[in-house]
Amino acid sequence: MSEAIPHDPVLQQFPEVEWEEEFGTLIVPTTKATEVAIWLRDDHAFRLDYCSNVTGIDYLNREFKEKVKNEEGKTETIIHKDPARMEVVYHLYSMEKRTGPLVMKQRTTREKPEAQSLTPVWRSCELQEREIYDLFGINFTGHPDQRRILMWDEFEGHPMRKDYVEPFDYEWEPTPHDEILEKHQKGKVIF
Amino acid sequence: MTAAAPNYELIQQDDLETSLLEVSMGPHHPSTHGVFRMDVKLDGETVVDLKPVFGYLHRNHEKLAESMSYLASMPFTDRLDYFNSMTNNWAYALAAEQLIEIEIPERAEYLRVIMSELTRLVNHVSLVGFFVNDLGALGTPLLYAFREREKILDLFEQASGARMMCNYFRFGGLRCDVPEGWLDRTREVVDRFPKFLDEYEKLLCENEIILSRTQDVGNLSKELAISAGITGPMLRASGVNYDIRKVDNYGIYDRFKFRVPYSKGEVGDCYDRFMVRMLEMRESIEILKQALDGIESGPIMGNAGKVFKPAKAEAYGRVEAPKGELGFYLVADGTTQPYRYRVRPPSFINLTVLQDMCIGQQVADAVIILGSIDIVLGEVDR
Amino acid sequence: MDEGLKSELQKAGIFTTTLNDLYNWGRGNSLWPLQFGLACCAIEMIATSMSRYDLARFGAEVFRPSPRQADLMIVSGTVTKKMAPQVVRLFKQMPSPKYVIAMGACAISGGPFKQGYNVLKGIDRYIPVDVHLPGGPPRPEAVLQSLNYLQEKIRTQDIKSDPAFIEGRRQYPVPEFTGTDLEPPYNPDVWQPPANPNAPAEEEATA
Repeated sequence: MSEAIPHDPVLQQFPEVEWEEEFGTLIVPTTKATEVAIWLRDDHAFRLDYCSNVTGIDYLNREFKEKVKNEEGKTETIIHKDPARMEVVYHLYSMEKRTGPLVMKQRTTREKPEAQSLTPVWRSCELQEREIYDLFGINFTGHPDQRRILMWDEFEGHPMRKDYVEPFDYEWEPTPHDEILEKHQKGKVIF
Repeated sequence: MTAAAPNYELIQQDDLETSLLEVSMGPHHPSTHGVFRMDVKLDGETVVDLKPVFGYLHRNHEKLAESMSYLASMPFTDRLDYFNSMTNNWAYALAAEQLIEIEIPERAEYLRVIMSELTRLVNHVSLVGFFVNDLGALGTPLLYAFREREKILDLFEQASGARMMCNYFRFGGLRCDVPEGWLDRTREVVDRFPKFLDEYEKLLCENEIILSRTQDVGNLSKELAISAGITGPMLRASGVNYDIRKVDNYGIYDRFKFRVPYSKGEVGDCYDRFMVRMLEMRESIEILKQALDGIESGPIMGNAGKVFKPAKAEAYGRVEAPKGELGFYLVADGTTQPYRYRVRPPSFINLTVLQDMCIGQQVADAVIILGSIDIVLGEVDR
Repeated sequence: MDEGLKSELQKAGIFTTTLNDLYNWGRGNSLWPLQFGLACCAIEMIATSMSRYDLARFGAEVFRPSPRQADLMIVSGTVTKKMAPQVVRLFKQMPSPKYVIAMGACAISGGPFKQGYNVLKGIDRYIPVDVHLPGGPPRPEAVLQSLNYLQEKIRTQDIKSDPAFIEGRRQYPVPEFTGTDLEPPYNPDVWQPPANPNAPAEEEATA
């Protein structure tokens, strides 16, 4: 595997940028994204000239339950809260130095998802950001050509969001499932 | 930035009134390799503007994968780039193996390399056939290509039970071992392949028609190629020596001696892209020979548990697929299903520069340029 | 014509046939498929027409890019909702009598992608399918067999009464995009959703 890139210089240069230890990603505020991206691309220590993967993630308001053993040896349930948010993830590599990846995220709200387009910095974002706009509904300010890409133009909604509900089109199928289930309940068929 | 159509002035001849012609090529068009569509604006024969239209094969792979267990999406990855199911499997396995600690046995690693390089041969040989088909050579080169392809598909079938959709890789190894005598049969196919390549090269590489149709057509500069995230043979044809097999050394690629063909980077035209693929096949054969010599018997499945349930983590695994960098980005949330599952498809991102390469060219050349990018719609639209 | 008389005459060196048989024999052995690939199955379709499997042996090697010159449509692969209008339009453009082979599980019912929000659950919702060819993707041998089935079907057709020969009977409306789905969701002339025999009857439900 190619070397991991140290992230400390980014934090020193841009105090607004946060480092998320859990996943090992840079969290860049949406107002600063272009500035940070240009610096990462042009700085001689980094030279991240290649933006490989751009994608969105939709986090709903969720709670995680985790069982942890405390000092007395009893199991305790800790509830982690995961706030609702949307993220745009960029995987950055350097073709010149052959290093990478550095993962950068723009974090935005679910109510009014908006992020800065990095297409002016890396051309490879163009189609991928269009895809995120189509499937997640994140608005990219400064994108040269923001239209739907995979779905048709009249389509409503953003299907990759976790709360997307598909149109109801249930249909009964003449597969033998019902019969097999019936036989199984009578003890005739063993799966 | 998107290269907008240049402010194009129509040639006015005497009193003749001229106008731009808008042609919608696709989604049903024999040259688009599937259901891709290009909205082309033409001035006579010259392409003035070109807009690619996607989504005609958008099968919701990512959404479906988020609603099923990790392993259940393995057969779906076969159907991404349906020429190269083995490398797709590998990319997904590589990403998933980062989520848990797992050891891959030696024999499985060797078989992975063998399968992956055989896949590369299949892809490049058929791509060259289709590419020459786009040039107008109906039949012959493609028939040759498919003859060789069938031989390799037979090997896949013996190993995995399916010709195209192999579904052969598992997290931590492979599904089953290859049957007895398979390695000998593979060696036979591999040994015979250079002879076919000689013939193929003799037929195509210095062919006058191919030279005049592909040279200086669809040029792609080094700078634009890097910025647009172009990967694979297309990037190397533009003069960047970047091969993930060498950069990441995933699997056991660091044990093999092979060269990475790339052009000088002066033009980066269709002929370069064609030649890089021809040369890459030779290197794949070299890797295959070394791998077939090095492989030893042993287990093929690691210490993976029955249920794949990683902790909360993110992983990005990428391989050098025949079309470019194929990456899988997984977000695990501690359940048996991925919270986010994303495919980084090489042929989709390679299409970013289609517009730039086609503007100013003839409309017949646009077909060749698309053919030289090497797209597969299953991967473009997913 | 009586089969016994026919064979008796044949023994005497006289070959008889009907216009129906001759016509169908000619048509069945020179099908012109539409060069039309949708997804994975298209590669197997191409492989069938290539060196090893050689579709030309059965007289169907002339793949025409234009629907106007084709009489067989092999729907090879997943039909998405975005693509469905184009498939119906291509089918409408083909001259009658025309035949359809739904190749692969995806074309028949949506296959593994059935739950997808953009996947049509079977092309037979819009166009009449003559041969359903299961598999994912089917092997080239299976493609050849489906072609043989189709040829058999053509041989038994009656050119005077078969609906395939009578133009303008059925309408194939091209579906249109709406905000969520296609409109109409299926062509009621061609396909009806199967009724669930296990569902409680409506009167019972209300009572």
